[in-house]
Amino acid sequence: MEKKFMTGNEAIAEAAVQAGCRYFFGYPITPQSELPEHLARRLPEVGGCFLQAESEIAAIYMVFGAAGAGARVLTSSSSPGISLKMEGISYIAGAELPCVIVNIMRGGPGLGGIQPTQSDYFQATKGGGHGDYHLVVIAPSTVQEAVNLTMEAFDLADKYRTPVMILGDGYLGQMMEPVEFETRKIQPLPPKDWSLTGAKGRPRRIIKTLYLQPEVLEKRNLVLHHKYQEIKKNEVRVETYLTEDAEIIIAAYGTVARIAKSAIKILRERGIKTGLVRPITLFPFPYQTFSQISDRIKKILVVEMSLGQMVEDVKLGVCGEAEVYFYGRTGGMVPSYDEIVTEVEKIMKEA
Amino acid sequence: MQKVFGRPESLLAVKTHYCPGCGHGIIHRLLAEVIDELDVREKTVGVAPVGCSVLIYNYIDCDMYEAAHGRAPAIATGCKRVHPELTVFTYQGDGDLAAIGTAEVVHAAARGELITTIFVNNTVYGMTGGQMAPTTLVGQKTTTSPFGRIPKQAGYPIKMSELLATLNGASYIARVSVHTPKNILQAKKAMKKAFETQIKGLGYSLVEVLSQCPTIWRLSPKEALNWVEKEMIPYYPLGEFKVPKEEKA
Repeated sequence: MEKKFMTGNEAIAEAAVQAGCRYFFGYPITPQSELPEHLARRLPEVGGCFLQAESEIAAIYMVFGAAGAGARVLTSSSSPGISLKMEGISYIAGAELPCVIVNIMRGGPGLGGIQPTQSDYFQATKGGGHGDYHLVVIAPSTVQEAVNLTMEAFDLADKYRTPVMILGDGYLGQMMEPVEFETRKIQPLPPKDWSLTGAKGRPRRIIKTLYLQPEVLEKRNLVLHHKYQEIKKNEVRVETYLTEDAEIIIAAYGTVARIAKSAIKILRERGIKTGLVRPITLFPFPYQTFSQISDRIKKILVVEMSLGQMVEDVKLGVCGEAEVYFYGRTGGMVPSYDEIVTEVEKIMKEA
Repeated sequence: MQKVFGRPESLLAVKTHYCPGCGHGIIHRLLAEVIDELDVREKTVGVAPVGCSVLIYNYIDCDMYEAAHGRAPAIATGCKRVHPELTVFTYQGDGDLAAIGTAEVVHAAARGELITTIFVNNTVYGMTGGQMAPTTLVGQKTTTSPFGRIPKQAGYPIKMSELLATLNGASYIARVSVHTPKNILQAKKAMKKAFETQIKGLGYSLVEVLSQCPTIWRLSPKEALNWVEKEMIPYYPLGEFKVPKEEKA
């Protein structure tokens, strides 16, 4: 198959097109603008619609409208823009509409900076908007993986009638790598017998999130809850790397996991058997992997481009069975493999 | 015997939650009559606002979304872009459209989005208990302008129809009222024109309907009708602010 050399942003955009997405609504923001730029050219070629909205807020409600009308639809942004979209994301989750949202994270809080970070982990995995809901959150670490997971994200969104977030960072978005676009098997998906297409020859349909009676709203939220339980049961994805003989584990996702692999190579050359656990889905989080691994490996170093967010989920997974250490850089600073090596050596010396 | 009057097919046979004397009931009925007369019920999708008329989907018998506050034109845009063959309308109040949703309506109009907006202006936030709206008149007392709206402190009421009529993408913009039978007939005519503008693909269309809110205005239904005439219309003149080019002589 032909390989193409593309930035992560362009590759995610093209993957969406190949997954059958024909609608994009978004608002420009660095460092993800190549994504909408690719679709502005590409979607008209395939009979789709690209629309640059007046704001991230309007964009996410255009997504609401298009998803409710039964279409595969994408929006993308970066941290401050995702904060604006959070209102609509809560409505989309509440109304059970499928869509894919890309967050190419940059530094915060506030306008922050435009360099890569992972500081929106809490926002992505623990809510972000109001109410009892979750997003499926997927964190690719290479451009190829971003392509494959973007395609899969649309199927997951349709399968569970839920918004799915691709959580990348400025590195993944800007980095160029060779990628292949596999022709994927068409997944059997449930019919969209809830979408608004005009009530011709059927009872009319309503897409709404207002339930004024608490007993009714509780039931609605339990429907969402059961769906998340199903997702937790079926959709956890995680990579383990050189964990078999490891005496210490690094836990990292996305770009940081790549850097960690380089650090692991050096550490092993120096005789410290280090492994990696890389969550690919951040929601659902691979708690079980951490629980099992902490039965035999008693040291886990979590490395993030934040001041410690995923580390809380690792601790929940480990549940006191191993010592959990943390190393993070923030504000757009990226941890180098040397820094990670030093950190691991320090931990091993302490022991 | 010939039947000369009945419930429009698109209006569900249920009681509404609206207060006595409220204009929403009349406007809903006109909307339903227009949908029937254009024979588009089965290909119409509506978008409900936040405010008193959030439950409009309980009364109008077509596919409907319920929007977040002010976002109805964006949802309508998403739907219409996916299904250009459908007739898509938003139904919005003054707080929804002229405050929190100003950006969405201005840009939907600027894009010439092929949707129709029914904009109900009663100068107050009704559902939240009668706070000052962007359309509250100068001097008008509300729970958040207890001394009357003071321009120095709270600025001036927005004339949305006049503002939107300046946009190239807006094709039909009119202001009507429903405080007399004659005005009600004119309101229906304008709403029909707005839907026809969309169906013909001529651009964005909006009908601003001046409506009475006796409960919040602390007036009897009859006094409220007079208030529309005496207080609202002088500031919000009725008429067509923009008509599609093809209609111009």
